[in-house]
Amino acid sequence: MTDRTMFDLKPTDPKPADDKYLSHLELGEPDKTFLDTNELVINMGPQHPATHGVLRVILKLDGEKVLGTECVIGYLHRGVEKIAENRTYTMFNPYVDRMDYVAAVSNGLGYCEAVEKLLNIEAPPRAKYIRVILTELNRLASHQLWLGTHALDIGAMTPLFYTFRDREEILKIFEKYCGARLTTHAFRIGGCQYETYEGFERDVIKFLDFVPPKIDEYEELLTTNRIWLERTKNVGVISRADAIALGVTGPVLRASGVKWDLRKAQPYAAYSDFDFEIPIGANGDTYDRYTVRMEEMRQSLRIIRQAVEKIPEGPIMAKVPKVMKPPVGEIYHSIEAPKGELGYFIVSDGSTQPYRVRIRPPSFVNLQALDIMVRGALVADVIAVIGTLDIVLGEVDR
Amino acid sequence: MIAKLKGQYGSGICGANTYLGQNYMVVDPSIVSDLLQILRNREQFDYCVDITAVHYPEREKQFDVLWILYSFSKNERIRVKIMIADGESVPSAVSVWATANWLEREVYDMFGIRFDGHPDLKRILLPDGWKGYPLRKDYGIIQQDQEWVKANLGIESGQ
Repeated sequence: MTDRTMFDLKPTDPKPADDKYLSHLELGEPDKTFLDTNELVINMGPQHPATHGVLRVILKLDGEKVLGTECVIGYLHRGVEKIAENRTYTMFNPYVDRMDYVAAVSNGLGYCEAVEKLLNIEAPPRAKYIRVILTELNRLASHQLWLGTHALDIGAMTPLFYTFRDREEILKIFEKYCGARLTTHAFRIGGCQYETYEGFERDVIKFLDFVPPKIDEYEELLTTNRIWLERTKNVGVISRADAIALGVTGPVLRASGVKWDLRKAQPYAAYSDFDFEIPIGANGDTYDRYTVRMEEMRQSLRIIRQAVEKIPEGPIMAKVPKVMKPPVGEIYHSIEAPKGELGYFIVSDGSTQPYRVRIRPPSFVNLQALDIMVRGALVADVIAVIGTLDIVLGEVDR
Repeated sequence: MIAKLKGQYGSGICGANTYLGQNYMVVDPSIVSDLLQILRNREQFDYCVDITAVHYPEREKQFDVLWILYSFSKNERIRVKIMIADGESVPSAVSVWATANWLEREVYDMFGIRFDGHPDLKRILLPDGWKGYPLRKDYGIIQQDQEWVKANLGIESGQ
């Protein structure tokens, strides 16, 4: 009994006023005997089906109530940023697909556009449209995978089968376009490697007609489901001010009522050509994040339909030098990935290899908000909140 | 805004420039703590996008530390950059933006730059006992802490 690790409830030293954001636990001598207290420290993960990868969360509990958490991450760290410094700009391109592996197309888009900016070239209009179509399809696939696994964590099994069935259609389009389903490496610096295949537009339009009733079907299962409401309403609430202070982005920020989407705020690719709405939530709870993402799926379909209808003819590759040597300088470029703001900060020293590549991963920053969202909640809510944050550990750890 | 800040700090603002349409300023490390608070409170840069560093081993002041900031109300980005020597520490921005907590921990983990006033400065991606800072230029791409690997994984090498 004596070697049992227990944490002191009281902080050992006075901390700054806004320490509500701090997500670390103070180790101290327990001032209660084991029988007097219900406090308990347990590990969730790293091997746990509901952490969506190898995330370890240390939970300090009072009975079923969460007093504090600390995330231990890094199990999937591969040193992507270090690898980048030892590869040429072109060679590094496929590596970025391995960060957020459920939205590989978005990662590639961000990287290619950042390097294009550094080289001062622009992809031709047709390439931009192809990029938008594939990226939005990928956003849909990412949200579908999120919905399936999130619902499964909370106890609804059916949505998993529905979403994976429909996501398959997107992966088929990717496979026909570039031969890969997950780590697509779909884009190149300067445009796209492949022209769309024969019947690409037909396939996409067929998919656009096929999927809206399916999204309604997911909503039928969940939106008014009593169990779903009980598990998600007022769970993992994050206020607008907290969300901004913690730098969370993407659907998590929008569900807290901030109408901000990089596709509108600082349009990239061809997004300024399309008409779409930014859905927002009011309460910043798990249910709002669910409704925001459901609406985002429909808005993605809207964008894809406009893009397919207006897709211009022309070349798909800009004039790019065989040996890429961007001029000396620094660039920060970010895009709205399915999970939030994905940024690339690239420093060029004028050689063929980047001097430094910094990737600003949305999942990493969003995960920091876990602590404030679950404090005072129940253990079962931790599962719901990890699901609703939509993290991919490949991107958190890079 | 830059003119106003220059009036306030004089030569503390070493340079303000635009490259490829992106604004950045290079400032003296002694004023950066004040400056970040002013940018947050007066100039409404309420969202700290990223904190990162770059290592230039051949320079006397080896490290660039950068803050990438964004303002929701102005829809504008700015980069603040300081240059510091190895061993110098940087004031922490955790009290200005809560998000700086993990970002600063990552900079410490990868470069060994210490942040004064950080509530819990420890490694974040690498294990706690690891020796060396991988994103420094003198750290080889296949280099690793062999001792740690042997002691904790029970294998000769992680390669």
